[in-house]
Amino acid sequence: MKRVIVNEKWCLGCHLCEYYCAFANSNKDSMVKALKDVVINPRIRVEEKDGISFAVNCRHCSEALCVKSCIAGALSKIDGVVRINKDKCVGCHTCVLVCPYGAIMPSEKGVMQKCELCLQNACGEPLCVKGCPNKAIELREVTP
Amino acid sequence: MKYVIIGNSAAAIGCIEGIRSIDKEGSITVISRENWHTYSRPLISYLLLGKTDTERMKYRPDSFYEDNNCTVMLGTAAVKILPEQKQVITDDGKSIAYDKLLVATGSNPFVPPIEGMDTAPSVHTFMSLNDALALKKDLTPESRVLVLGGGLIGLKCVEGILHMVKKITVIDMADRVLPSILDADGSKIVQNHLEKKGVEFLLGNSIVKVAGQKAYLKNGEVLDFDNLVIAVGVRPNTALVAEAGGKVNRGICTNLKCETSIPDVYAAGDCTESYDITCDQVRVLALLPNAYMQGETAGINMAGGNKLYDHAIPMNAIGFFGLHIISAGVYDGECYKKVTENSYKKLFYKDNVLKGFILIGDVARAGIYTALIREKKPLDSIDFELIKEKPQLMAFSSRERADRLNNGIKL
Ligand SMILES: Cc1cc2nc3c(=O)[nH]c(=O)nc-3n(C[C@H](O)[C@H](O)[C@H](O)COP(=O)(O)OP(=O)(O)OC[C@H]3O[C@@H](n4cnc5c(N)ncnc54)[C@H](O)[C@@H]3O)c2cc1C
Repeated sequence: MKRVIVNEKWCLGCHLCEYYCAFANSNKDSMVKALKDVVINPRIRVEEKDGISFAVNCRHCSEALCVKSCIAGALSKIDGVVRINKDKCVGCHTCVLVCPYGAIMPSEKGVMQKCELCLQNACGEPLCVKGCPNKAIELREVTP
Repeated sequence: MKYVIIGNSAAAIGCIEGIRSIDKEGSITVISRENWHTYSRPLISYLLLGKTDTERMKYRPDSFYEDNNCTVMLGTAAVKILPEQKQVITDDGKSIAYDKLLVATGSNPFVPPIEGMDTAPSVHTFMSLNDALALKKDLTPESRVLVLGGGLIGLKCVEGILHMVKKITVIDMADRVLPSILDADGSKIVQNHLEKKGVEFLLGNSIVKVAGQKAYLKNGEVLDFDNLVIAVGVRPNTALVAEAGGKVNRGICTNLKCETSIPDVYAAGDCTESYDITCDQVRVLALLPNAYMQGETAGINMAGGNKLYDHAIPMNAIGFFGLHIISAGVYDGECYKKVTENSYKKLFYKDNVLKGFILIGDVARAGIYTALIREKKPLDSIDFELIKEKPQLMAFSSRERADRLNNGIKL
């Protein structure tokens, strides 16, 4: 199973991961088209304070409370990845209530969005990982 | 192994998934009074609102029963459990043998006895897909609707139908709305918000008599109406277990493994009582996440696994016309309060742990607070001042953060 691992020691707080995430999920073919004059709403978010920074996105928990709690049956776990079916989501925010990482949030359309490891967009692999200049975000094979 | 499940909603689905995480072979029979593929009960208001439809509101895909090798008896009610023979009798006269039985019968709407209610042309409850479809059929752009009950179900119904009727009046005995999840100030915010949308409230009041299309209220007022929705509360469906000799209080009594007092009979969801760790009391927690997780726990134990349902807390996410409300735990102890123009926050803490919270408006990352309650995280082990401001992982020590963020993987 592949997991995004974050290492705050290496995080520069540059927020590039947020921009790569927004681009990856924009369905646009260039970063300029995707991001110019846009307030981004990425699925990965950097927290920072007093020189410490780190990125947070979905951990695809083994006990995924969001999946178990979703009142619409819109969240499910497929091959170890927590996926969201946006057609089924009604934006009730129960997943926001239970996610211990605060890693699920509303999209512009009101239904929820979350990191799906870029499996649901054209990238096919997490663009935040690829774009991180200091390898603070890595994709690793882990045993569940 | 023969598994039988009575009910076909969140707790039942949790049970099926729990069983199949361990036992891929045993036979599973689902007895369901409702004639629908498993659907998301809380979505009935979103259905009327037009945010979903009967296809999309299915709680699991069409292939679910087949994928999980279940036999489903739709439109069939269980009428009796015979614990000695280990059989369930259905309303069409069949007897179904079980080795392990789950009772996941949920709850029924409580309809208070009101004089003359049977003379009203259109009276509805709001608990099931059929209820929602029947209500919708009765509504017209000219409808004047009375909703009796300003709790979660009543107000979700209001949100669902406001756009298709002329007028809605909510009547409740309590002097404020949503008393089960909000404090007085929070109730006021939600009430104001709904009033701005055109909903009228008559609080501290009730209907004493109905005659045709007139409702006589406690305060002497008489209201003309077309439709009456009864949403004053629900009662757990405990009869099957009680009649079979099982222990029942308000809900079916279960232990942390979700076993009832009858051997090989388990119960889960809205029909049960569970142990609320925030107030150390047993109570009915009629919420979908709890129902699913209890059902899953029951299923795992029925299949020979070992799991405890020992993290139950009251918690709720609800919204009305874009105003979101998230709350959890009990409102006990010291209170930190922060109110801005667009948001309302209260955190309650005592004995070095977070006991409960209310967020209205800005609800981002609320689950970080919920986790503090569920895990009984000692507040002196985190930067409580920081996390009070807003939910964030920065408030944890860097070691703990690394553990949490990386599923315990050493870097
Ligand atoms: C309008 C509305 C909005 C809601 N909103 C929310 C929300 O936002 N968040 C939340 O957490 N919860 C919400 N809830 C509560 C949530 O729906 C329940 O907690 C959840 O459905 C409980 O699941 P359950 O499986 O225990 O029981 P239920 O969903 O009640 O299902 C029980 C099933 O068993 C069947 N049954 C009963 N007796 C028999 C019998 N003898 N034989 C065969 N079948 C039988 C019933 O027909 C029913 O289908 C809402 C409820 C309503 C009505």
